[in-house]
Amino acid sequence: MVLDDPVKREAPVSRTETPWHHDVKKDDLRVIGKPIRKVDARSKVSGLTRFADDLSLPRMLHMKLLRSTMAHAEIVHIDTKKARALPGVKGILTGKDLPIPFGILPVSQDEHALCPDRVRFVGDPVVAIAATEEEIAWDACRLVEVEYRELRTIGGIHEAAANDEPRLHDYGVRGNIHRLENLEFGDLDDGFQRAARVREDTFFFEGNTHMPMEQHATLAHFDKDGKLTVWSSTQTPHYLHKALARTLHPLPAHHIRVIACPNGGGFGGKSDPFNHEIAAAKMAMLTGRPVKIALTREEVFWCHRGRHPVLMRSRIGVSKTGRITALDFESYLDGGAYGSYGTASTFYTGALQTVTYAVENYHFRGVRFFTNKAPCGPKRGHGTPQPRFALEVQLDKVACDLGLDPAQVRLDNLTPRDSLTANFLRIGSMGLGACIEKVTAGSGWKQRRGKLGRQPNGRYRGLGLACSSYLSGAGLPIYWNGMPHSGVQLKLDRSGLVTAFCGSTDIGQGSDSVLGWIIGEVLGIDPLGIKVVTSDTDLTPVDLGSYSSRVTVMTGNAAMQAAERAREIVAKGASEKLGVPAGRLVFADARVFDAEEPGKGMTFQEAVCAAEARFGTIGTVGSYTPPQAAAKFRGGGVGPSPSYSYSAAVVEVEVDAETGIYTVPKVWIAHDIGRALNAAVAMGQIEGSVYMGLGEAMMEEMAYRDRSHKGHRIFVHKIPSLLEYKSPTSLEMPEIVTYVVEDPDRNGPFGAKEVGQGPLLPMMPAVANAVFDAVGVRVDEIPVSFEKVFAALQSKKEGKDARFGPALDASGVPVVDFGESLKIRTPWQGGDGTAWNEPKRDKKAAR
Amino acid sequence: MTEPSKVLATFTVNGEPHEVAFPPHKTLLEVLREEMGLTGTKHGCELGECGACTVQVDGTPILSCLMLAIDAVGRQVRTVEGLADKAELSLLQHAFADLGAAQCGYCTPGILMTADALLRANQDPTREEIKQCLAGNLCRCTGYLKIFEAVELAAARGRGEQREPSKESIYGS
Repeated sequence: MVLDDPVKREAPVSRTETPWHHDVKKDDLRVIGKPIRKVDARSKVSGLTRFADDLSLPRMLHMKLLRSTMAHAEIVHIDTKKARALPGVKGILTGKDLPIPFGILPVSQDEHALCPDRVRFVGDPVVAIAATEEEIAWDACRLVEVEYRELRTIGGIHEAAANDEPRLHDYGVRGNIHRLENLEFGDLDDGFQRAARVREDTFFFEGNTHMPMEQHATLAHFDKDGKLTVWSSTQTPHYLHKALARTLHPLPAHHIRVIACPNGGGFGGKSDPFNHEIAAAKMAMLTGRPVKIALTREEVFWCHRGRHPVLMRSRIGVSKTGRITALDFESYLDGGAYGSYGTASTFYTGALQTVTYAVENYHFRGVRFFTNKAPCGPKRGHGTPQPRFALEVQLDKVACDLGLDPAQVRLDNLTPRDSLTANFLRIGSMGLGACIEKVTAGSGWKQRRGKLGRQPNGRYRGLGLACSSYLSGAGLPIYWNGMPHSGVQLKLDRSGLVTAFCGSTDIGQGSDSVLGWIIGEVLGIDPLGIKVVTSDTDLTPVDLGSYSSRVTVMTGNAAMQAAERAREIVAKGASEKLGVPAGRLVFADARVFDAEEPGKGMTFQEAVCAAEARFGTIGTVGSYTPPQAAAKFRGGGVGPSPSYSYSAAVVEVEVDAETGIYTVPKVWIAHDIGRALNAAVAMGQIEGSVYMGLGEAMMEEMAYRDRSHKGHRIFVHKIPSLLEYKSPTSLEMPEIVTYVVEDPDRNGPFGAKEVGQGPLLPMMPAVANAVFDAVGVRVDEIPVSFEKVFAALQSKKEGKDARFGPALDASGVPVVDFGESLKIRTPWQGGDGTAWNEPKRDKKAAR
Repeated sequence: MTEPSKVLATFTVNGEPHEVAFPPHKTLLEVLREEMGLTGTKHGCELGECGACTVQVDGTPILSCLMLAIDAVGRQVRTVEGLADKAELSLLQHAFADLGAAQCGYCTPGILMTADALLRANQDPTREEIKQCLAGNLCRCTGYLKIFEAVELAAARGRGEQREPSKESIYGS
């Protein structure tokens, strides 16, 4: 391989046949791409959308959870006598009533609805009490006496790495290590030897949380036929259904109905099955009355499952023109008290580095620790924003070292379209180059970067660029099975009504509308006239849920198949009536007509009647399973996706060099989403990502107070309120210039890919890079808060390192024995996706 | 504990008098949602921090989680359910629906009540005035831009202008 020569990485890609809808001309579409309002838009602006806490039933009880005040302790004794005696109290549950553990991943069934014998963080639920009034349930909780025996606490990454005892859990790798991964693709030594420049940097990304505006709520009802119904603010009704079936054993799964209410925001924070959901269900079974629990805002902070705090070390080798020859990346995750999605999160801190830029040789080591804090999990971007921050800042440093334009370095390193990456991820459409060109042109990058300097107001301006990629849905389900990831059923009746049934859940992103748009386009009818029935496990076929940006592609493809099948049936009916071959019929504007003689046709309703008369009741199904992954090594199940979205952002900052206080006046963002199914809704996802990314970049922190309680350390959230957990308000929002880049992908409905997680990722590194451009200091930590900028400026003034961030040595990043790596030959080394040193294993371990 | 005693009072909500019995320590938010079934008004913190529970009292936007219901007796309370004129949505509601200014829709009722009060006081607010006015209403989905644009669109239409959303706000630049 010749240095500085564009590396040929074209590996064979199993091409599926390109579907008809992948590259339809925009002018030929009536619904797709048009600014049609969402199917639920008018309900939402009228206060008619019923969120979980808006529901109530006759005789309903209110439930509250007594949560642990200890960070780590054994439960010695629980005395509920006084609580039980309080008038109005109707039911009390403790851990022994719900002994079966659960967890979102089959490999980490480490949670209990109520802690049976041990609490692991301040906020862990211990007792559930239901009463006729909410206030009585609270009062009763205060009457419960819990005797704890305190255990030593594990407060963070360094402490967990240094202390194997006490172990938080009796499973995992060893000590307090939950997961440990060590994957090596290609020849690292060779890659670094050929590098003209090698850099090693350390970074830290503080945890932050989803903060959905809606607090989680659940209503459970157990009827006299032995059927349980649970309405909940969940992004994943199917997984909640599974968790309920497991923990409420022997209640049969088909006696459980989960209805996911519209979510008042999720962002990943409502995708685990939660303690309160299981406890409410059990309480309804115990009391024979409907039971509701609505969490307080503080409890929402305890539910968390948000962004993992991650320490990172990255060693990168580049040629003299900035081409990446080798990347050695380590991530250390603070997982909090439970597993949650943490196994996947750990892999995600390593999986997508290769999807934006072609990394020739790649080594990833990741470790997740258990600590006595609220459990971390998936937040928008799930495990990928942290390494993205590190890599994008490091590339900026590389460009500075070599005197190159950071935009050009990125353009020179782009992962080729239709290729396999070093870690065997299959890339399809790839519009990152177009994204970079849009934002650099828009922001005047070439003329303005490095030249803005001091402004008339005395502050300094700078520009920063960063890029990202994200999945269009995870290639594997959360539990091993061979069934589809998404199913859609259509019912067509003689009124002309089309009803779509699907298990997907609208969390505000517009997934109900995605069904309407795709079906509307295929059948040529108004999407607002389609009835969409979603997220009810009794009525709707399984869809795995609203996570990993999977709905547009997976639910969309299932809807496409169901609609195409319906069109075929209706066309046959119409064809007979009209005397026109079915293949010549066009479905548009609620008519079915002859393509060659458009006047010859009938209404859609008449066509449905003709079909129903000929074939009987009309119903069709569609389902979707993602393409098989190319990776066959252990751990290769995290990262594959039907397609990848791309984003690039340029951020402009204005920094006060005296105080470190800065503002973001303007952002240019481009997002390659394959095709915009709905222009305005896609824009909303992108702008929302910019907003949330700015919050993470500038201020948001899931920070803990390390307090002593009678000599025992406890970790209390510093700021469990919306006032003190700082998030951007309308006043902080910059001007945003958005570019929707459409590079259709053959795996997506009408070429669509993910929208809405990817564009969050470049915001954090772009802010950090812009601060550097403005005042010449590096903040290698998220959030890039004002005091860190100030500290770096001070350090620079004193002639020290113009930087704020973790040290390179063991004081910054702990020493962990990662053991021997799994070694995988890259596609360009002739690798087949297996690890050549991997012991024989059964297929299930691939997950 | 004895059953909390209730007070009987009459509110004018969305122009109609309602006689309601409620415990005197209940907030206006609780009485609207739990005693009157007007669940369009939301809660995000019940501490006056997020603005989700905003309603209008005598035309002024207030946080219903911080007002005792008893203090609203004899005053004009307006909630999101009262924004539409019979079956027809208000200009502001139309603009929010059409532009995608409501994503999850949870903060939307509070934002609509705040923005509605703004437009009643000021038919032609600047972007800066809109930002200032909405600074107490948190939205986690939209990044606020579609909300600003929807308020501007509704304001223009309210002034009788034939205004359509800009191409950039629908399709991007």
